[in-house]
Amino acid sequence: MKLKKIAATVSVLALAGSLAACGGSDDTGSDAGGDKIKIGIKFDQPGLGFKEADGDYSGFDVDMAEYIAEGLGYDDDQIEWVEAVSANRETFLKDGTVDMILATYSITDERKAEVDFAGPYYVAGQDILVAADNTDITGPKDLDGKKLCSVTGSTPAENIKENYAKGVQLQEFDTYSKCVTAIEGGQLDAMTTDDIILAGYAQQDPGKFKIVGAPFSEENYGVGLPKGSKDRDKINDLIEKSFEDGSWEEAFNDNLGESGYQLPEPPTVDRY
Amino acid sequence: MDLISESGSVILTSFGLTVRLAFFSAIFSLLLGVVLAIFRVSPVPVLRWVGAGVVYTIRNTPLTLVMFFALFGLSYQLGVNFDKDLIWRNAFWLAVLALSVYTSTFVCEVLRSGINTVPLGQAEAARAIGLTFTQNLRLVVLPQALRSVINPLASVMIAMTKNTTVAVTIGVTTASMVNEASGQMKTLMEKNSDQILLIFIIFAVGFMILTLPIGFIANWASKRFAVAR
Repeated sequence: MKLKKIAATVSVLALAGSLAACGGSDDTGSDAGGDKIKIGIKFDQPGLGFKEADGDYSGFDVDMAEYIAEGLGYDDDQIEWVEAVSANRETFLKDGTVDMILATYSITDERKAEVDFAGPYYVAGQDILVAADNTDITGPKDLDGKKLCSVTGSTPAENIKENYAKGVQLQEFDTYSKCVTAIEGGQLDAMTTDDIILAGYAQQDPGKFKIVGAPFSEENYGVGLPKGSKDRDKINDLIEKSFEDGSWEEAFNDNLGESGYQLPEPPTVDRY
Repeated sequence: MDLISESGSVILTSFGLTVRLAFFSAIFSLLLGVVLAIFRVSPVPVLRWVGAGVVYTIRNTPLTLVMFFALFGLSYQLGVNFDKDLIWRNAFWLAVLALSVYTSTFVCEVLRSGINTVPLGQAEAARAIGLTFTQNLRLVVLPQALRSVINPLASVMIAMTKNTTVAVTIGVTTASMVNEASGQMKTLMEKNSDQILLIFIIFAVGFMILTLPIGFIANWASKRFAVAR
């Protein structure tokens, strides 16, 4: 009887402790601000923003973020990485959950109304990834009657259905990794999103996939900042500097060099 | 209010899909649940073991995994497909299958507790007048058991209705690519990130409109059909 009571007390305490821990980390997150910089990245996009099994972060966006943070006066250990999934990027910038976002974040007029952008630091284009032995898909028009994979709530797949191939069937998943699994297994024919994101998946399993290589849209990846941010000009300078001193190319080659996808020319920074 | 005028019909369509998922899952989970419950109280040990095995494995597996297995395991690996050509139809019925099997284990356990409320004397009397095990269940025990568990069954059905949102993991949509409610909420939030709170409230209220009547009907029915002892 006594043992039961002790066990119950312990488990209640453990629960309370874990709850307190949650609250605690949130508090420090919003209070620190001064000596740390909180950067929103993707955690699930290999080659761009990826959280490794050992807790490290890797990818092109991560390397660019570290370069920019260093230029703003933050060491690597002063960076706090925050997962920014597509749906909550604007919200995170508005409510101060993050100080800046490098998460394959396209600059659009709609978003410019809500947040500020530095850059672009990369120009991507929507493209198609297929299995390496696939020869009958060479562009978006060939997708008629094929099974195309995309993630829920994203526009690339809608774009194909509306403008290129009315007869395409869409399968939506919550992550691109599931798309990759299904294409590898042959259940789905292709997946579509920005070419550099596809390159990240191609790099993971060299030789299993290929990118069709006919980009049919232009996505300007920018650094998302809160509206009215003071650092915007400084970050624009840093992005230009990275083009000139080779850090930009190095960030690409380190993360996506073996994907078979060629690095395009650096974009012109848009100081709007 | 632009949101309502622009996306009102899409929101209704998505809840329509949610209702269809819930409707078919309710029917199949109740049927399968009754079968499982009969297995678990049957005099044949093998049936009892099968019933217990199914309940203990599936009831203790997260629905997300069951749903994921339906598509990646059953459909992709084992080739069990409801429709080979149409992705949306295949995904819909796989989701109904996953939801039905998952919910049926809860229905089974609720029913079993209902069976235990029927006084032992009833079953003994039924056997004494020469009823077989199936007759005993069908005519004496199950009718009383069902009537005593209307409210807890309604709770299971409410939980199931909300669980239809897990179908987003395998991308269940209508033929015109409208997601079920949770996927549609995500899509709308992505497109109208300045109105997240409003979108959230719309979908929360939508689910309450679906589930509140289940509770009210169950309350009424449990009084109307109460077993007088």
